[in-house]
Amino acid sequence: MTKATEVSDMKVIVFQLMNKEYAIGLDVVESIEKSLSITRVPRMPSYVKGVLNLRGVVTPVVDLRERFDMEYKEFDETSCIIIVSHAGSEVGLIVDDANDVMDVPISAIGPQPEVVGSVESEFISGVAKVGKRLLVMLNLEKVLQPIKKGNADEF
Amino acid sequence: MDVSQYLDMFIEESKEHLQACSEQLLALENNPDDLAIVNEVFRAAHTLKGMSATMGYEDIANLTHKMENVLDAIRNSKISVTTEILDVVFEAVDDLELMVQDIESGGDGKKDVSKLVDTLNRIEAGQPLDLATEPAATTEEALIEVVTSTGIHYDEFELTVISQSAEQGFNALEITVTLRDDCLLKVARVFMTFEILEKSGEVIKTIPTVEQLENEDFDQKFTIVLLTQEDAEDLKAKVLKVSEIEDVHITHITDEYVQKYKQAPLNNSEAELEVIDTTSMPVAKAITTKEAPKETIKTKKVTSSNSNKTIRVNIDRLDILMNLFEELVIDRGRLQSIASELHNPELNESVERMTRVSGDLQNIILNMRMVPVETVFNRFPKMVRQLARDLNKKIDLEIIGAETELDRTVIDEIGDPLVHLIRNALDHGIEMPEERIANGKPEIGTVTLRAYHSGNHVFIELEDDGAGVNRERVVGKAIERGIVSPEAADSLTNKQVAELILASGFSTAASITDVSGRGVGLDVVKNTIESLGGHISIDSTEGKGSLFQVQLPLTLSIISVMLVELDKEIYAIPLSSIIETAIIQKADILNAHNQPVIDFRGTIVPLVDLKDIFEMKNRSNDEDEFQSIVIVRKGESLAGLVVDSFIGQQEIVLKSLGEYLQSVFAISGATILGNGQVALIIDCNALIK
Repeated sequence: MTKATEVSDMKVIVFQLMNKEYAIGLDVVESIEKSLSITRVPRMPSYVKGVLNLRGVVTPVVDLRERFDMEYKEFDETSCIIIVSHAGSEVGLIVDDANDVMDVPISAIGPQPEVVGSVESEFISGVAKVGKRLLVMLNLEKVLQPIKKGNADEF
Repeated sequence: MDVSQYLDMFIEESKEHLQACSEQLLALENNPDDLAIVNEVFRAAHTLKGMSATMGYEDIANLTHKMENVLDAIRNSKISVTTEILDVVFEAVDDLELMVQDIESGGDGKKDVSKLVDTLNRIEAGQPLDLATEPAATTEEALIEVVTSTGIHYDEFELTVISQSAEQGFNALEITVTLRDDCLLKVARVFMTFEILEKSGEVIKTIPTVEQLENEDFDQKFTIVLLTQEDAEDLKAKVLKVSEIEDVHITHITDEYVQKYKQAPLNNSEAELEVIDTTSMPVAKAITTKEAPKETIKTKKVTSSNSNKTIRVNIDRLDILMNLFEELVIDRGRLQSIASELHNPELNESVERMTRVSGDLQNIILNMRMVPVETVFNRFPKMVRQLARDLNKKIDLEIIGAETELDRTVIDEIGDPLVHLIRNALDHGIEMPEERIANGKPEIGTVTLRAYHSGNHVFIELEDDGAGVNRERVVGKAIERGIVSPEAADSLTNKQVAELILASGFSTAASITDVSGRGVGLDVVKNTIESLGGHISIDSTEGKGSLFQVQLPLTLSIISVMLVELDKEIYAIPLSSIIETAIIQKADILNAHNQPVIDFRGTIVPLVDLKDIFEMKNRSNDEDEFQSIVIVRKGESLAGLVVDSFIGQQEIVLKSLGEYLQSVFAISGATILGNGQVALIIDCNALIK
């Protein structure tokens, strides 16, 4: 019984960007941090805010609003940094708010409808409909493509 | 017998013994009459033989055994040392190294050594080394076997062990144990018997083999060959105490059998020999390293003369220690900055004390990770010897300062670049003997490998007295390859020309040779060294020789930096790149072709505006008439980095920016400051062209 629910449900962290709800799997989230002092790294795309000291580990920080070409917003009291572990290292994601952990039945996750919003579809792995809420599932693989000399010059 | 737990130790020690063999053999080549050296090699080979037999690596045991025989013959003045003989022995050592490497990488250490074994046999027998003769016939002759009255076969190796122990007063006993017909736990009885016997001596052979015994793959009887000083009757009584044993029969292996073996290889008396196949040759698996008591005594002598007590520590543990200490360094920095804000004398005092203690601790930890460059250098003499023979050149390799110590991480990386440089010096540097004589140089070329400490750096120099860099040829090639323009080439100094050979896409050898030029040039060397935070330069005089100088940092993880401020951001500049800091008047900044420069002690130094490079919005205020600059260097070229202000010097822990941010321009890494902030470390090499 419990086994069946484990398989069919996925724990996600829900966060807000421009009043829309997004979700990433809880298994990749290491922690959620409030304001930390960020050191700017020069010659980076604008969405790379810099690096911060996360308990002795130098961790890069990406502003998801800018990553998705949304309107820029200053870090305020609801903003927070979700630390995700990706490809063996940690990266921080700046989001407007993160307040919810919920179970999403895998069956509720469907492919992305064409009209879902301004976020480029390559960053999205699917859309989950839970009750009345619509959660956009992020494709971390694409969002966190390593910054090399080549693609940094695009900006 | 499960030996896997000893595998690491076996590999480690085998390497040490093989290294000792190589070193001593090289020494022997220079002093062919020095029998003490032969003894050293013999001892190393002997220990290796015992260890490999214990571990069940028959090919290694077999080859070392033959090598030992040859060395024994040299020791007893039966044959004299010649280059040809040493070549074969070197080849044997090479093969042994390959086999040990194979075992290390998870292989079974097997290799076809029959040809070498055969050659060694013929050397031992004093036959001429005519490689043209077909070796097949002699191979089989070499593998002798002696059969004792009880019908047990002994190979040559086992007999050597038996005869050596006999000299030490150890008897070889054949103990045949018969179990009762109704015995239920045969393996248990075998085990108990072994336990008793191993207390009284060394088990060197069992019939059937240990594996078969463990698998209960035998009838009621088994035989154990034991080296012991105890009386046969006593042993019999002890073994009979094990229950379910029917009978114990003990026979002495007398000297007769051993003598038969000793004469056998010389007389080739076919009647007493039984020819067997190499692959089926039984080698005792149960022998331990102590198989010959003689050997243990010798080793004891060696260790007692070496009074330095050491322990082996896994490098992982040292890495963990280092990581923990790095955390401590960060907290130390934090304490320092808090204390400097609070101005509490007592706090200041204890922080100062802590800083001193942790400084000492840092030195000790760094020292623990230090390895003498010897570990890299010691493979070069053999390589140079072989290369010189391949190239038909006469070359002396001189090694100075092999005891100089470097951080383990640097040592691991520096081997390949040095091999490349040495090959280059031998192949392109040193001329052929005839040419040398024609130029009035000694026939034998000298290559000197030198290592020494200087300040926070280690220098490794490779000097040869060869042809040096031919300016015209190098410049011609560089222009042809588009590395320099013809106009620029004229103004290059000789040193700059020499360093052109390090540029990528450059290879001076007219034809690609086996030795160096394999399509990868010296630029690979340069890149590796620079990635280690080091630097390479070349000084060369045509006709006199060249000097390659490699400068390496002592350690890679904790470095000294100068912290500077740039528009409220803090950056770190490694002290190793800094020549000096200066405050200049704005009026002194000149303009050369849109490039601001200053006249720094007579040299024109270009200024680099870091704010421009790091895309800072707040440009320096023009009202201030003074400007702080940091003069940094990359090799011979200098540059002045324009900064807002100097903060001070600090020891910092180097951290990477992580996988996500790969290759940030002009930033080599990051560090965490005392206040918990991250500061970026400026890569001066990227800022100077």
